[in-house]
Amino acid sequence: MSASGDLVVVGAGPAGMAAAATALDGGLRVLLVDSGAALGGQFWRHPPQQARHAIPTADLHHGLPTYRALCATLSAHARTGRLTLLLNHHVWTTAREGDGFAVHAMDRSRAPEETAVVLRAPALLVATGAYDRQLPFPGWDLPGVLTIGGLQSLLKGGGVAAGRRVVLGGTGPFLLPVAAALAARGAEVVAVCEAAAPSAWLRHPVPLLRNPAKWVEAARYAGTLARHRVPVRTRTAIVGAEGDGRVAMVRVASLDADGSTLPGTERRIEADTVGVGWGFVPQLDLLIPLGCDLADAGDGTMAAAVDDGQRTGVPGLYAAGETCGVGGAVLAVSEGAIAAVSVLTDLRSPGRPNVRRLAAKHAAVARHRAFARAMAQAHPLPTAWSSWLTDDTLVCRCEEVTAGAVRAASADGSASDHRQVKQLTRAGMGWCQGRMCGPAVHCLVARDQPYAPAERLIATPATLGGLAGLDESTTDHV
Amino acid sequence: MKVVVVGAGIVGAACAFHAAAAGLDVTVLDRGPVGAGTTSRGEGNILLSDKEPGPELELARLSRDLWDEAGEELGPDTVELEAKGGLVVASTPDALTALHAFAASQAAVGVCTEPVERVRDLEPHIAPGLPGGVHYPQDAQVQPVLAAAGLLRAAVRRGARVHTGEAIAAITGAGGRIAGVRTADGTVLAADAVVNAAGTWGGEVGRRLGAPVEILPRRGFVLVTEPLPPTIRHKVYSADYVANVASCDAGLETSCVVEGTRAGTILIGASRERVGFDTAMNPAVVAALAAQACRLFPFLRAAHLIRAYRGFRPYCPDHLPVIGPDPRVPGVVHACGHEGAGIGLAPGTGALVTAHLLGRPWRGADPAAHTGLLPDRFLTTGGMPK
Repeated sequence: MSASGDLVVVGAGPAGMAAAATALDGGLRVLLVDSGAALGGQFWRHPPQQARHAIPTADLHHGLPTYRALCATLSAHARTGRLTLLLNHHVWTTAREGDGFAVHAMDRSRAPEETAVVLRAPALLVATGAYDRQLPFPGWDLPGVLTIGGLQSLLKGGGVAAGRRVVLGGTGPFLLPVAAALAARGAEVVAVCEAAAPSAWLRHPVPLLRNPAKWVEAARYAGTLARHRVPVRTRTAIVGAEGDGRVAMVRVASLDADGSTLPGTERRIEADTVGVGWGFVPQLDLLIPLGCDLADAGDGTMAAAVDDGQRTGVPGLYAAGETCGVGGAVLAVSEGAIAAVSVLTDLRSPGRPNVRRLAAKHAAVARHRAFARAMAQAHPLPTAWSSWLTDDTLVCRCEEVTAGAVRAASADGSASDHRQVKQLTRAGMGWCQGRMCGPAVHCLVARDQPYAPAERLIATPATLGGLAGLDESTTDHV
Repeated sequence: MKVVVVGAGIVGAACAFHAAAAGLDVTVLDRGPVGAGTTSRGEGNILLSDKEPGPELELARLSRDLWDEAGEELGPDTVELEAKGGLVVASTPDALTALHAFAASQAAVGVCTEPVERVRDLEPHIAPGLPGGVHYPQDAQVQPVLAAAGLLRAAVRRGARVHTGEAIAAITGAGGRIAGVRTADGTVLAADAVVNAAGTWGGEVGRRLGAPVEILPRRGFVLVTEPLPPTIRHKVYSADYVANVASCDAGLETSCVVEGTRAGTILIGASRERVGFDTAMNPAVVAALAAQACRLFPFLRAAHLIRAYRGFRPYCPDHLPVIGPDPRVPGVVHACGHEGAGIGLAPGTGALVTAHLLGRPWRGADPAAHTGLLPDRFLTTGGMPK
């Protein structure tokens, strides 16, 4: 099956929804594609349509009025036929075709059956978001150890608190809403271990003062956590998990300024579930093979390099939201709208937007980007985190490669980056293709530079039968 | 004798391995890490089955024996060297007749070939109804980056050095003889001989050394599936692969090569496109390879593709590698243009280059027996390219 339009938007989260809505309002024909079963992405993830009334999740969300308004706009355009909404479609690659793009997806709405779909348009917006950054520690591969983002999607997508006695760890403000939501859903959150020092924020007073909404949000979480007596321990990290076949205990320790554990501070806490998150990694798999330049996002990751209209250096290719650096949903909505205005301008569409509203969006982007930079500096990865690892700690879980093997590959000079480590040790060659372990392997061998993911020509696994179907359908036409 | 080997891919590593074993003073020069170019972009083929009788097959037979020797030293498991054997299958009775004739010509020059009537006896999961094939027990596989790193480490144990840098120009001395190589950062590596083992970039390195050879890129994609239980035992490919390897067609060609790896993944090749160094993804190639693999092994329809990579095979206009001294710049020895066969031909190339450097046979490589690979074939008597 193939379809075409003026703009393909990959990702129906806050950035993609806002971009599609703005482009549609401006008169474009839009193809909006997402791997999920509903609009919203990770941030506005909801229970399946038929279960929404039975599982209340409104209290877990932010910006629901924006979400509802965007949903209404998109539904209206879907009815007129100018929006083609392709849910349960997994984009496995994109390619230049003439002056435009071919976006290749697998329709999995009748999974396990897969049907190849090709979407064509002169403009492509990649709004594929970001995913949890994980750092390995002894025991992190035990069942019961989850990512913070995973805990959140269980909460938002099914109203499920994944454990009874939970310890959370890592760094960044995202720990707080997850802790608050778990507590509100009846889990006992025994500790929240934040590796950073709260005083780090005092070095960035301006972005804080210019984003009062963030204060209100933080105060709300603080209230919830206080009500449920959830202790938040700063300069503390989860440095180990133990259990027989499943996590039963975590080891936490205080950190010095360097991130090394302070001797004598380690203690053990019983827990049946552990959630860990060290910020996020922009999902760039579709952008890199198209030749999109990357820029240092300031948080140890690389992100898509865009101009102030969200244009990448590749003509016709745009990026918005977390692909341009992690900064939250409000920022993503503004960037999505700006990207769509650029598409309208670049395609010389008559549907020009209101200039004053656009200026306000640019101001919002600047404010939120400044906040994101301050956040990244206040919540860095602890420099010495790898000292928590033993040589037999698994770093790559898919291929079972240990920290010792990665260190050996870099120690004898054979490997100086995560790509070469992969060739020599298989770290990153398994199911997840290094999406999980890549940032950690990178830190182990080249910690001074930000992490740029390896190029992945296949953005998501696809069956050979589904791919063969693409060949057979093309052959039929010829 | 001081030797600078330009290129730390599988061919450069094998040249260093043999030259260091022969007691030469070796420095390997590469701008990147070991095996980061075309070496890391193939399947690790060590094949006799796809080569017609001639200079390349002669080198391949020597190289096959030297792979066993090198494997002994490096440890066959550490480089995943496996004599799994190749199975070439024909899809039609006519193709089978042609395949049998091809195999008979190979057998006449010493290649082990075993006609197979029921291919399912060797590959139980292969598609039913195939008329037959030929089994090549000498075909083998190696993990190329591990092998290149292993060969280089062994060379270093024998005194070789590795220098990171980019070769920019030759330093020449009396009579135009090479005296060294200058790198991008201004370092000069003194040398009595310089080996051009720069693979796909061998044409450019040759030019910088004053001894240009025509090396062109031929793009190929390889697909990698999720890890599966062992199901495919041999390197299995369709008989039209041989025709494609030798083809001079400019357009896209795909012919199916399917094999399992030690890690459980299944590798699917091979596409050939002449598109220069264009790195762009070509979804049509991926789809065509997937379709061919599914026709050969129907169970693969349910297997997931998790990765694809592409590389640039270095080829000479006549599809033979160029190995030997360049008469225009005494001291320059070429060892490039191996197209898709560089992994298999590497130890033979290393031994042959070493023999040229020593001026006498080395490890079974006699320069007098491999004159068909000399750069002279591209040169007129005046030393200018034809």
